[in-house]
Amino acid sequence: MSSARPDRHYLLRQRDVPDIHQLEVYRAHGGYEALKQALEANQPDQLVELAKASGLRGRGGAGFPTGMKWSFLPKDGRARVLVINADEGEPGTFKDRELIEGNPHQLIEGMIITCFAIRAPESYVYVRGEFLHGYERLTAAIREAEAAGILGAEVMGHPFAHRMFVYRGAGAYICGEETALLESLEGKRGNPRSKPPFPAVAGLYGRPTVVNNVETIMNLPPLVLKGADWYRQWGTEKSPGLKVMSVSGHVNRPGNYEVPLDWTLAELIEAAGGVRTGHQVKAVIPGGSSMPCMPASQLDTPIDYESLVEAGSMLGSGGCIVMDDSTCIVRAVARVVRFYRNESCGKCTPCREGTYWLTDIMDRLERGDGEMRDLDMLLDVSDNINGKAFCPLGDAAVGFLVSAIKHFRGEFQEHITGQRCPLGARQYDTAIH
Amino acid sequence: MSNQQWPAEWRAWAEEVQATFPNATSSLMPFLHRVRSQQGWLTPEALDAAAELLGMTRQHVDSVVSFYTLFRTEPTGARTIHVCRGLSCMMAGADTLMENLEHHLGIAEGQTTSDGAVTLLEAECLAACDLAPACQVNLVYRGPVAPDAFRELLEMPVEEPPALARRAEQSGAQGAKGVADRE
Repeated sequence: MSSARPDRHYLLRQRDVPDIHQLEVYRAHGGYEALKQALEANQPDQLVELAKASGLRGRGGAGFPTGMKWSFLPKDGRARVLVINADEGEPGTFKDRELIEGNPHQLIEGMIITCFAIRAPESYVYVRGEFLHGYERLTAAIREAEAAGILGAEVMGHPFAHRMFVYRGAGAYICGEETALLESLEGKRGNPRSKPPFPAVAGLYGRPTVVNNVETIMNLPPLVLKGADWYRQWGTEKSPGLKVMSVSGHVNRPGNYEVPLDWTLAELIEAAGGVRTGHQVKAVIPGGSSMPCMPASQLDTPIDYESLVEAGSMLGSGGCIVMDDSTCIVRAVARVVRFYRNESCGKCTPCREGTYWLTDIMDRLERGDGEMRDLDMLLDVSDNINGKAFCPLGDAAVGFLVSAIKHFRGEFQEHITGQRCPLGARQYDTAIH
Repeated sequence: MSNQQWPAEWRAWAEEVQATFPNATSSLMPFLHRVRSQQGWLTPEALDAAAELLGMTRQHVDSVVSFYTLFRTEPTGARTIHVCRGLSCMMAGADTLMENLEHHLGIAEGQTTSDGAVTLLEAECLAACDLAPACQVNLVYRGPVAPDAFRELLEMPVEEPPALARRAEQSGAQGAKGVADRE
């Protein structure tokens, strides 16, 4: 049985409290109380233990246990750094945009709590270049916090000193990969780094670094105030808590929904107003375009990390794209594959060349010029990318494609035999050559 | 060569970004963002200035600039429209929206009108699928923009970089539609 949706928002608090992006309003509604309590009543290690006990997992896509990530930092006395990944660009995902624009102080509070826990004197937020409004909101919030003595040589009167920086990306999906992000933050091209060494050992400027997602860290303030058991009232044993799910596509009310992690895809779609009248769900990508799709028959799958893996997909970043029966799956795949071709950094051959060939083949299938052997070729190229690329972008490029051929092979074949889209989908062609 | 040849504003910005980030290499992208938002695009002079003022090679500056889509090195319109072509936006009609804009402006995606007023670009997922079809005009979000409502992207007020406003004013008299040289 799914847990009940909370009667208020803990992350998307701007939905309940207008103007909460202003320090005054945030404080009037209990803002920075958690930080005060963390600094007064806790030792740093207790906060790491709290994160572990809560079962909080990374919300950027990988779902790695947050407290465990923090404890990987080597205890060698070097200055540590927290880097927040706000380079949100996974198609279907738009939660961090709303969180940063709407509730920036909760991110700042969560970051300071985290930095106190891991003993980091500096932290950075890497915001994607297109989030100009979010960047400005966050920068203004940091200035407010500095002026109020929440950041600086002392943090709320505590000798823990902290500096926070905001850094803008400039348009590159790959910078959402943590080592590419660190390269970019150091002022270079966003090419992924070889691992090991992992960022925990040698990250930003070679320092021990934790890279966490925006949403992950925004869980810290309520967690500190209410405790791990409170957090565990939602979700499952291994996937506890609340998750902001971005629901888009053919639903009546696209948007972000803060829901318990034991909800089913069907419940989530229902919360988003259901699919358009007169239409049925055809397929759902539950966690952003990097994840395999699931057919309508799997809609009663819970959205926790384990259940989605068992069902052949992944929760990823929580970008749930709903496609109804009017969707041409070939066209959808062609668009997604093209995205990864455009965003491949070009560093490694399987990804650079593979995504190029996949796009080429999908393009001719969409045009009605495909041949039956193209289906095997798509799977063969995918196999030569999957697990063989330098960073996860390669794997991401083939997830939807391979699952779509598995679940909708007939529709691919119809494009070939009929030499056109059976649903009448039209291929985009630039109007002027 | 002396740094004095660069505008005082750029010199001040270079000092500011170097003071902001404790590690100097991180100063390049913030500097480029500031110059870009002033000029609308990164002129060869701006790239030379970045290298010299921040103590980097011009090759390094070029290698960084060429990696990121927002760092454009060709003349860019006073109004830059990004149309998101991601999956959710495509499902909501983004392709038709793009086609309508192309026909109306008489340019193709990637081009600038000959009067320098509008640059039309496709964007990879703008992380605004709730606003599908989503667009940005000079990085300000707009959405949903129904394909037939494309004119709102041309009419919505924007803050124009001063350098661009000047150029559009100078060439605006011609008023002709057409394609500026891309290559």
